[in-house]
Amino acid sequence: MEEKDNKKENPLKVNRRHFFSQLSVGIGSLALGSLLIPDLFKNTGGQQASQPLGLPHFAPKAKRVIYLFQAGAPSQLETFDHKPILRKRMGEDLPESVRNGQRLTGMTANQEKFPLMPPAVNFKQYGQSGTWISDYFPHIAKIADDITVVRSMHTEAINHDPAITFFQTGSQISGRPSMGSWLSYGLGSENKNLPSFVVLTSRGKGNSQGLYSKLWSSGFLDSKHQGVLLRSGKDPVLYLNDPDGISRSTKRDLLNEVSELNRLHHVETGDDEIESRIAQYEMAYRMQMSVPDVMDISKEPESVVKLYGEDCQVPGTYAANALQARRLAENGVRFIQLYHQGWDQHGNLPDEMAGQAKDVDQASAALVMDLKQRGMLEDTLVIWGGEFGRSNYCQGKFDPANYGRDHHPRAFSIWMAGGGIKPGLNYGQTDEFGYNVVENPVHINDFHATLMYALGLDHEQLTYKYQGRRFRLTDVAGNVVKDLLA
Amino acid sequence: MKNAVALGLILGLSIVLLYLYQDGYFDKVEDDYASVALPETVDYNFHIKPILSDNCYTCHGPDANKRKAGLRLDIEKNALSELPESPGHFAIVAGSPGKSEAYRAIISDDPAEQMPPPESNLSLTNYEKRLLRKWIEQGAAFEKHWAFIPPEKKKVPTDTSSYLKNEIDAFVGSKLKEKGLTFSPKASNDILLRRMALDVTGLPPAPELVDKLMSEAPDEMLQRAIDTLLASPAYGERMTQSWLDVARYADSHGYQDDSYRTMWPWRDWVIHAFNENLSYDEFLTWQIAGDLMPNATKEQILATGFNRNHPITQEGGVIQEEYRTNYVLDRTNTLGKGILGLTLECARCHDHKYDAISQKDYFGFYAFFNQVNEKGIQMDAVQAKNQKFFADPPYIGISAKDTVGVLSFVNMNGSNPVNVMVMNDSAPKTTFVLDRGEYDRPTDSVLPGTPSIILPFANDLAKNRLGLAQWLTDRKNPLTARVLVNRIWGTLFGRGLVETSEDFGVQGSLPTHPELLDWLAVDFMENGWDIKYLIKKIMLSATYQQRSELTPELEKADPENKWLARAGRFRMSGEMIRDYILATSGLLNREIGGPSVRPYQPEGLWEETNAGSERGVLTSYVPDSGDDLYRRSLYTFWKRTLPPPSMTIFDAPNRDFSEVRRQKTNTPLQALVLQNDVQILEAARVLAEKMLNDGGKDNLVPQLFERILVRSPRKEELLTLTAYYHDALNTYGSKPKDAEKLVAVGDYPHLKTDPVSTAALMLTAQVIYNLDETITKE
Repeated sequence: MEEKDNKKENPLKVNRRHFFSQLSVGIGSLALGSLLIPDLFKNTGGQQASQPLGLPHFAPKAKRVIYLFQAGAPSQLETFDHKPILRKRMGEDLPESVRNGQRLTGMTANQEKFPLMPPAVNFKQYGQSGTWISDYFPHIAKIADDITVVRSMHTEAINHDPAITFFQTGSQISGRPSMGSWLSYGLGSENKNLPSFVVLTSRGKGNSQGLYSKLWSSGFLDSKHQGVLLRSGKDPVLYLNDPDGISRSTKRDLLNEVSELNRLHHVETGDDEIESRIAQYEMAYRMQMSVPDVMDISKEPESVVKLYGEDCQVPGTYAANALQARRLAENGVRFIQLYHQGWDQHGNLPDEMAGQAKDVDQASAALVMDLKQRGMLEDTLVIWGGEFGRSNYCQGKFDPANYGRDHHPRAFSIWMAGGGIKPGLNYGQTDEFGYNVVENPVHINDFHATLMYALGLDHEQLTYKYQGRRFRLTDVAGNVVKDLLA
Repeated sequence: MKNAVALGLILGLSIVLLYLYQDGYFDKVEDDYASVALPETVDYNFHIKPILSDNCYTCHGPDANKRKAGLRLDIEKNALSELPESPGHFAIVAGSPGKSEAYRAIISDDPAEQMPPPESNLSLTNYEKRLLRKWIEQGAAFEKHWAFIPPEKKKVPTDTSSYLKNEIDAFVGSKLKEKGLTFSPKASNDILLRRMALDVTGLPPAPELVDKLMSEAPDEMLQRAIDTLLASPAYGERMTQSWLDVARYADSHGYQDDSYRTMWPWRDWVIHAFNENLSYDEFLTWQIAGDLMPNATKEQILATGFNRNHPITQEGGVIQEEYRTNYVLDRTNTLGKGILGLTLECARCHDHKYDAISQKDYFGFYAFFNQVNEKGIQMDAVQAKNQKFFADPPYIGISAKDTVGVLSFVNMNGSNPVNVMVMNDSAPKTTFVLDRGEYDRPTDSVLPGTPSIILPFANDLAKNRLGLAQWLTDRKNPLTARVLVNRIWGTLFGRGLVETSEDFGVQGSLPTHPELLDWLAVDFMENGWDIKYLIKKIMLSATYQQRSELTPELEKADPENKWLARAGRFRMSGEMIRDYILATSGLLNREIGGPSVRPYQPEGLWEETNAGSERGVLTSYVPDSGDDLYRRSLYTFWKRTLPPPSMTIFDAPNRDFSEVRRQKTNTPLQALVLQNDVQILEAARVLAEKMLNDGGKDNLVPQLFERILVRSPRKEELLTLTAYYHDALNTYGSKPKDAEKLVAVGDYPHLKTDPVSTAALMLTAQVIYNLDETITKE
């Protein structure tokens, strides 16, 4: 229904007509570009049916988001939440008063003992802010004053699928639109030749959990808001490459012929959907140029390669994706979602975490520095974190040399930088065991509300009516954490 | 002098502004509805309830916990009673808008009094306010929600000018007359044949069928065509395709490991059931409760796999009761959305905010599905892989020897015996209402039951799934037949008579033709819930057989085609597009059923997102070879976490839960699939080779056109396409190496044709495959 309303009141209709008359006198494809800018949909009175009026709701600080998602859930106790007491009381059982009824996953629920495990790595304080950062992250340590660490994140989910679905869509239940889709819906795109929401994946050597296309799905929103998976290799967008034996000019001829016949058929049927199809074909043609262009890092100077690390020249690595993210941001992509798999350390934590951290440390820091140098950090919001935290006690047999940590929903750490977020802040506190939040808790819904605020959106007002109900990213909860905002 | 003029202008402007202001002009600038005429009689269900529901029910509706000021507007008695918090005042006083506090608050300008309150971001249009006023003036009559009143056959309108072919036209025609519109002329036979073939079989009509039918007497031709198409086994495949979305069918378990399952024999059963024209009441009964039927056959038990098609986690360390609860919830929601057309899931955590369905009602439905001794898959994907364990009990084993008997329709295709998950109530459980819908927060116990507002659950019905099925298919059930009829209508016309085919509740759309919907629903039940009968009835109507062209007048009067002054014109599903291309190229393999197949897919997709190459058997995608590449798309392997991209790009759902209506978007990614998918390029190549090999030199272009679009090209079309073909011949004539590269596409064996001619003809076919008309049902 919503889709139809949209169509009925689509102000683009006038433009389509205009476009159509232009095409029939043979205007080249480049002139068609403006017809596809979703900004045209904005602030036009006819949109009440499905799109809120007057967006953005406030002056936005951030224009775009780069989300460096650490899939599998990195341990807060080996990243940003420094708990020396765990070393002192190593092997002791987690006091029942601290655990306080927390439900456990089936992997540890039957354990008789919950022996506390020390951090596998040392911590130091960095920058003016005195932010505690573990030795796994020497590069992130250098940007300590640019980032804000939130150590008081919490969630309800204790398993990966619902937890990551919660983070990406605001609900543990499948089927809601992804964050990126909400922002695409609310803010539109800044580039007529690229999708407004893109996804890049990479994988470390640590224990992995799968990813699912539902995480970047537009749910019940129009599928133009769906995340587009950009892949390393020769076909960065599915079906982007022409087959062997078709040159660019052969392709142009083919498209011209398709348009010509479509145009004739439009005269017969009167259906404007055909005009729209012609325009989509032109957009596809432009994407065939613009996507490889933006993906081509060969012209990046040596200094940039150095900054991100040699790995950034290896397609499909986290470092390559981080550099790609900066290029996409420069090109006006609204929401750039990275996933790095391999953070699920149920066992073998000291070894695996070191490797995972090495994969992402330099490039994550490089991205922030790079954006800063280019003056883009102020309107680009960078987020780094996973879907929940990890237990302070050992999973399985107690062995200080090689142990694992189970899932932990009650407290974990993420960091954010740029885009309206106060830099150099340490927000929230956990108890001395790193188990419970004791100060300034930030729930996933609050995180979403805050992020939307930075982008100029009121999380209670950006709604979409579906199956008779007005849905929003924050569902029925969420408070903007004003303390985090610059 | 200048000053005087300026002053005069300012003065004049001010007067105009003042005048406009007093006239309320500025209030109405945003209100498109200010001048819309009110209906003579205001109808509660059609005019008033949608306004109250959308704006008021959140706080003054069925949900007792969120109700404010004790005021409830969805029930007549409460709405007309004295306000609990304001003695002597009434929310609604029949006949007196001025004494009706609800109305006064709605028209109030005072933010403190105004309803809905400003912070809700809700407000009524001027038209809606006027409607409310008139309704109160006319006596504020309440009615039961329209969809909960059992359908009746109302008198068929007798205006003979609109009674063209059958009763459908009488209803549609009379509505058209009311709107000042008329039917479009009948579509040409070639268009109609294509339309009917696509609707009934999901495939273009075979050229031989077209030739044969075109030679029949015109009066009988269409009737004959419908009968022939309905008798084709492709009919069952076509109907099954949509049912797979309703039933959230997949070949994998979902969640992060997303490993293999073998539910495909259930899918074979659905095809068989449609082709045998099993009546819809039985079709439902078998799927909901086949195992509980007296002397249940293995076929009837297999049908209950419907309830086990939901995702099942294999994540290590989950709390199984949490997930078991999710599975039961999923069955309940699927019953709601897919069969009853109700958003039952809204009542999982709290009383429904819009529909009169309480949380207790929800768990009454839930209780029917809560008696299964299911454990969830208690091993991770690595273990499951090693043990070849793909099903969670209860399940039935099916092997080749079953297919000699009652399961003859299962296509084992050389496969090992498989386990298909089914229903079996071997674990009687007390069901509790779950606070906030959480598995670990049981409150009051509840018995299996259904909301009496829909239809009381008769005392003589067993309180189990069989009783539920009987309740569903009771002639007095107001929803089941309406929902099915509406969905079939939506398949044929592109939109249902109720547009929200998943929601017949208060917040869903109202039917555009309520009398027609009811007439069809009753007629359907009177004729034994016969789906083929229903389809034929609709297809024989003049309404269905109209042209689909959109004239400028129609675009202005009814751009969405609500009133049906023309036939629907809309893009096919991804599955249908692929099948269409396979069929017209001659590649289509018509084998029915069997284990799902793996056609071409861009390389590396499963590998990039899996949870590790050891986890389960679906970590890498290896395409099939030979004929299995060219099966109909409903047999394409469905992995939930990464469904076939050439389908999802065309709006296929991922099948994590029941879906009854797909979007019909138009995106650049779709253009890329059609241009560059190996499958489509290969089809174009094979078709070109075949035509060249058949010795044709003349008329290649018109033949190609006709073969794909099932009509002859118009002169202009032929001119430009022929010119294109000749240009392509020249281009490739000068670059024979490119021609060789181009025609190398695809696994299908090559015929010995000249690469340059093949390339040129192949691209000409590719042009046609990329036309809007090709992928559209007109």
